[in-house]
Amino acid sequence: MAVSLAMVFFYAPLDADQGFLQKIFYVHVPLAIVALCGFVAAGLMAIAHLRTRDARWDMRAYVAIHMSLIFGVATLITGSIWAKGSWGRWWAWDEPTLVSFLIVFLLYATYQPLRFAIEDPERQARYASVFAITAAAFVPMNFIAVRLATAYVHPRVLGSTSNLPPRMAFTFLVSLLGITLLYLTLCAYELAVKRARARLGALRRRAEQRAGMHDAVGPAPRRARSAAPSLAGAETLAAEAGRGGA
Amino acid sequence: MTALLGELPALPLHEAGKYVAAAYVVVFALVLIYVAIMAVRLSHIQRELGELLSRERSAASGEPSSPGESQLP
Repeated sequence: MAVSLAMVFFYAPLDADQGFLQKIFYVHVPLAIVALCGFVAAGLMAIAHLRTRDARWDMRAYVAIHMSLIFGVATLITGSIWAKGSWGRWWAWDEPTLVSFLIVFLLYATYQPLRFAIEDPERQARYASVFAITAAAFVPMNFIAVRLATAYVHPRVLGSTSNLPPRMAFTFLVSLLGITLLYLTLCAYELAVKRARARLGALRRRAEQRAGMHDAVGPAPRRARSAAPSLAGAETLAAEAGRGGA
Repeated sequence: MTALLGELPALPLHEAGKYVAAAYVVVFALVLIYVAIMAVRLSHIQRELGELLSRERSAASGEPSSPGESQLP
């Protein structure tokens, strides 16, 4: 990220048309690409979840969508700032690229409420996976539909219509790599926090059972309603950690 | 070095500069807020783990756990 920032401000040439304002391009476009790729990746993870019934795939899909939504917010805000500087208005409703991204973003914004609406963890994970797959299929369709639209003022970056000079293109690729690494790092961070929480919960339940705080023949404690996936194998993980000392 | 500095574009802080600064600050702020939220969650986990460990230690040594430790949810 530091290298890409240095390249954006000290290596990439100023744009002949937009001048210094074009520097927003190096953060706005990679954010949008990574967010959309994250949505598609979440769909692939959801397929893996439905195939294997492994709760970890559901957790990965959840984290990928969560992170893509955050990157989507950043894309919309940086895009609006760029539009204001370039076109003189914060938003253009007649611009297919902007509106289509907003539609995709709003579609995925319903993912967490959908999860929260379903109490049973197993059903929640299954329905969320179906949603993630369907929505992921919608992302490339949306991309193609926008490409086919003729009337737009939003510039093209990828494809034959792109005419970036080599230094700009190289800076853009480094920025894209930096944003991708940021996305992957934050996903790994969130997954680590969620795994740690699941293991802690499992350890606490075991400690309470040992201490006799719960009646052995009484009903099992209910899981608090949450949009976040539950790691059903957390007890196993905790047991493995206890045995292996890892 | 002089040649490199000659290549550097000026950083105009007039009309375009404020928009560019705003865009980068927004991204930085979003990442910072996210990392801060995750750090708070991690510190909660760490604290709960500490409480659990101290309760386990006191249970192993046969001593009653302190009142604060028994208030786990």
